[in-house]
Formats: sequence, C-alpha cells, structure tokens
Amino acid sequence: MVHVSAAPVLALRGVSKRFGAVQALTDVELEIHSGEVVALVGDNGAGKSTLVKTIAGVHPIDEGVIEWEGRPVSIGKPHDAQNLGIATVYQDLALCDNIDVVGNLFLGRELKKFGVLDEVEMERRARELLTTLSIRIPSVRIPIASLSGGQRQTVAIARSMLGEPQLVILDEPTAALGVEQTAQVLDLVERLRERGHAVILISHNMADVKAVADKVAVLRLGRNNGVFNVADTSQEEIISAITGATDNAVTRRAARTSEAGK
Amino acid sequence: MSTQNPATDPLDKGAAAHEHIDPVNPAAAHDAIPAVDPRLLVREEGLAGYVGEFKRKMKAGDLGSLPVVIGLIVIWSIFQGLNSNFLSPENLSNIAITMTGTGMIAIGIIFVLLLGEIDLSVGSVSGVSGAIVAVLAVTHGVNEWLAILAAIVGGALIGSIHGFFFAKVGAPAFAVTLSGLLFWLGAMLQILGSNGTINIDSDGVVGQLTTYFFSDVAVAYGLAALAVAGYFLAAFLDARRREAAGMPSRPLAEILLRTGLLALCTFGPAVLFNQYKGLPLAVVLFLLALVVTDFLLRRTTFGRNVFALGGSVEASRRAGINVTRIRITVFAISSTFAAIGGLFWASKIAAANQSAGAGDLLMNVIAAAVIGGTSLFGGRGRTWNALLGVMVIVSIQYGLALEGIATPIQYMITGAVLLATVVIDSVTRKTQKTAGRA
Repeated sequence: MVHVSAAPVLALRGVSKRFGAVQALTDVELEIHSGEVVALVGDNGAGKSTLVKTIAGVHPIDEGVIEWEGRPVSIGKPHDAQNLGIATVYQDLALCDNIDVVGNLFLGRELKKFGVLDEVEMERRARELLTTLSIRIPSVRIPIASLSGGQRQTVAIARSMLGEPQLVILDEPTAALGVEQTAQVLDLVERLRERGHAVILISHNMADVKAVADKVAVLRLGRNNGVFNVADTSQEEIISAITGATDNAVTRRAARTSEAGK
Repeated sequence: MSTQNPATDPLDKGAAAHEHIDPVNPAAAHDAIPAVDPRLLVREEGLAGYVGEFKRKMKAGDLGSLPVVIGLIVIWSIFQGLNSNFLSPENLSNIAITMTGTGMIAIGIIFVLLLGEIDLSVGSVSGVSGAIVAVLAVTHGVNEWLAILAAIVGGALIGSIHGFFFAKVGAPAFAVTLSGLLFWLGAMLQILGSNGTINIDSDGVVGQLTTYFFSDVAVAYGLAALAVAGYFLAAFLDARRREAAGMPSRPLAEILLRTGLLALCTFGPAVLFNQYKGLPLAVVLFLLALVVTDFLLRRTTFGRNVFALGGSVEASRRAGINVTRIRITVFAISSTFAAIGGLFWASKIAAANQSAGAGDLLMNVIAAAVIGGTSLFGGRGRTWNALLGVMVIVSIQYGLALEGIATPIQYMITGAVLLATVVIDSVTRKTQKTAGRA
C-alpha cells in the first residue's frame, strides 16, 4: 500500500460509523488513486453501502479521517462530496422516469440562459457526452421509462460524469442486468479509468470484479479484511476473505507479498 | 460491443422508438443512433410519417389531449342536439367566463398534482380570499387594489402554512389540506361576520373582473394574431437555433401546420366572442395565467424540479434539489391561485357569501385538472390541461342547466365523467408502462 507517487485521491483512515446499537464500520482504511478501479466487496451487511454513503456524505462519519488529495476534509452532506468531485451512482438508479434523458442528465444543474432553461445547449452537451462514452440510446428526448435497465444504468453513470468528478462511486451497477447490459456497463467503467477517474465499484459478482478492478478491498462485519491486487489473487482467496474462511487475511496477504518480493 | 451483429443487439428490443429505424439497412441506422433522433426520421417522411407517429403514440397509450377533445366534441354535439341555443355566442361566452373561476383554481391544483400530492383546501381558501376583499373594500373602505393584494398575499401565506406542515413536519398533504378545508371555511365565516353576505360594488375592480368586455372587435383579433405570430416566431427561432447547433429540429412544414392549428384555436373563439359582447377580460386573464404558468413549468429550473419531484422524490433529493423549498412553493402557488379564483367567483356572484368555495367547487377543480390530462400519480400534466378540463365541466353544467335538469343529476353526471377520466388515466398509464418498458 505504499504509493510514493501522488497522494491518493481519497483516503479513509480509521473510519467508524455507528447506528444506534449497531457498529456498522470499525476502523476502516481505504485508498483510491486516479485512474484506478477499486472493487469494494463483502457479504450482505458487511458495511459496503454504509462506507459508500459516508464517502458520499449521506451518513457523516463518527470517528476517523477522510483525506482528499492528501488533506483532511469533512463530508457532512451530499453537497460537500459533490463539491470535492465525488459522484455517486446508487444501486437504485435515482433517475426520474417521467423526465427525458437530457432532463435527467442535467437534473439539479440545469443550464440556463437569461434564467430560462437552455434546452438546445443541454441537448448538445448530452449528445456529446453520450458519444464520448460510446453510450447508445435510441433518443435523448425519450423519457427514462422507455429505456431498458442497462440503458438506464449507463445514463445514470453518464450523469455522474457531467461534473467532471475525480472519483466515481458505483453501487452495484451490474446487479439486475443481463449479460449484454453488464458488458456495456463494464466497458463504461474501463472508459472512466482510461479518462483518469478513480472508481470505487461495489459488486457481488466476482467475474465483474476480476474483469475491471485493479484492487479489491474486502469488508467483513464492518472491518477491513484485506486489500488484494486483482492481477495476482485468485477468486477463491477473495471469497474466503469475504466469508471469513481465512481468519486473518491481512497477514496471509503480507506473507504472500513478501514471498513475491524474494 | 463493436464486434456483435447490430441486428441482434438485445438492446434494440428495449425501446419502442426503435421500430422506426430503417429496416433495410439496420447497420447504418444503428451507427447513427447517437446523433439522430429516430422519431424525427419518421417525421421527415411527410404526412405518412405523422400518421405513423400518431399510431405509435396511440398504441403506446400516449393519448395526450385526444380523449378530452373527443369528449368535448361529443358533449357539445349532444347538448346542441337537445337545445340549439347551446352553441350560441352568448351561451359560449357565458361558459367561457364561468370557466375562469374554476380554471384559475385548477391551475394551482395542477402544480400540486404534478408532485403526486393533493390540495383539498382550495375551495375554502378561495372563499377566504373573497371574504377578505369584501370586508376590506366594502366594510372598511380600503382601496380595492390593496384589498386584492391582501387577498392574494393571504392565499400565498395560507399555502406556505400547508406547505410547511407537509414538507417540514412531514404530515401527509391529504391530511394537512383536509384540516385546511375545515379551518379556512371557519376563517371565512369568521371574517364575514354575522351578516353573512357582503355585496361587492359591481363597478369596482373585482366587480368588473367577470363583467368587463373588450367591445372593440380589434382587441380579440389583435390578441389572437399576437399569439399566433408569437408562437410561430418562437418555434421558428428555436428550430433555427437547433439547426445551427447541428441537432434535429422541427421541419418548417410542421411548424406551419402547428401555427395553423393554433390560429384556428385562437381566431375561432375571437370571432365567437365578437359576435356577443366582445372579448371578456376574465378570459384574457385566465389565458395569461395559463401562458405564464406553462412557461414556468416547462422552461424554468423550478418547473423542471416540480416534474422531477413528481417522478422520484429520492432521485430529486440526490440530485441536490431542495425538496422542502419546492414543496412549500408549490403549495403556496396552489393557494395563491385558489385566492385568485376566489376573486373571480366573488365577481361572478357580485358578493362574498357563506356558501363561497363550498359545494362541488373542490370536486370540479380536481375533475377539471384530471379530465384535462393531469395524472393523479404525479409527474405528468400541463397547466393547459386546466383549460380543456374546465371547459368539459362547465359545458356539462350549462348544458344540463339549459335542459332544466336538477342539481342532483348534475352531480351524478359530473361524478361519472370524473370516474371515466380517472379510468382512462389509469389504463393509459398501464399501457404506457407495458409499451414503454417492453
């Protein structure tokens, strides 16, 4: 985990979060660099969504430090995260079915001219953005309700790109998608990396993780249970870290890296 | 992705709009998807394209204003058959003036319906507004313009209170405005005091709201011409701008066709009004309110946010929309228009009395909005719906009154029409879901 180059875009140091009697996160550490896809995996209730929500400002952290480009920041509400350059695409897509694609892309940050919506400019930029990301949808002027699940997911991800964020968080982007749609979303994740964005990808699907992620951070019962390089880790190792079959994944990994160093 | 055969792209099954992609050369059409709006491919084919587009919309359950227009034609034909005075300029002028009171209130309630909520207090609030004007202007001799201002500001405050309890406290809008219905009814009776009815000076500002006619025929024709020219210019400039930006735009033929239809819808009534006493002031104010609110809803950030809230509250919140602010504003708008509608009603009966805003007014307002095509489920509708809907409601009332049919039957018929409309709304919504998400 020693990166002598640039400071990580985002670093969590000893982050904890409680909900009433439940300790959802305990001393969680996480680092993400630009142009890096970090998969966040763990069983149900491991704290993945909570962790993402603390970064996105939905649930402020109780203890610990969040560092943005090396300096500590406080993220108290979603707006703070957006201002830093963190865009979050939630599991439930958070699009408005009754509004067209352009309207959804610019929701909450409409372009205006003399106080009036500048539909022409918004549509032009929407087309430009969708073309850049190679997203194919029948028309930018049809309501979201007419799009398939995969198309909606790509629109949701494209929307997060409008503010040129440095960090994009994708909460289970391929859940409930078919084979082709999943491929489309994973392609998009790779394009985000190529464009130098940092990506946090939450997924239950090991195949997806192996396909696009550079690193895998495992959470178990609200604690870190190891960070693996995808390239030299087998799927079984990751799964045993998720399920807790390996009691101490961190030492196990340390042993492995020292072996590799020899 | 690029390696697969476009013709078998499973995504292609997803959207209904794909039907229109050139079947002879699917590959070319497929490549063009990011740049070209497939719906416009159809339109460029001329008349056949329009028919195809129309059929597709019907199949998908996107009926728009069609059911209302057909309904209106049916209603008018029936009543004209029963009584040849029904479509006379005098009767239609009276219908148009009577429409404005209910119509103004309906504009306000459409904002609330767009959120997927309901405001049951509008009838009572309209009564309060009439009472405020009457007491201030007649009993206390306050300047009538000030009294009107007080009534409208009062409406805005009442709506803000409803909005506060709904948006900030989190009480259901249904319950808050139901309490409002009773509370403001009581407030109105309290303001009116013991004498119950206060007559309004029929030559005053409020009195003339519904009795003033622009007797000069040039006014009606001039306004109609202005509306047609304004629409054409706006549509033409928009098309030019889109063309300049390299985006699909409406062809000139379509703009001309739409402008022609609009001319028919403006000059027709203008001729009619001029055959009676001229263009009624109330109708001008109502149309002005429609144009302004339509612009507000479709061309401003506020309007976009209202639609967004009607689609998904959670999505709106995550997009950084100030949900509380929008909700309070919408309820304030609803009560403000209820207050304005109250002034029109007070003007119509030339008095503020204890029965103002009671009876079937609330039902008629909701019916007008829904009949016009505003969805009760939120997120779908336009303020112009108020015009068509209220036209249906008031036409039925006048037609039945001409036939001497008693109020109980009127209520039952209006109720049945409302039910039919809600059924159409629910059924088209279902069809839209299946067609849209095929």
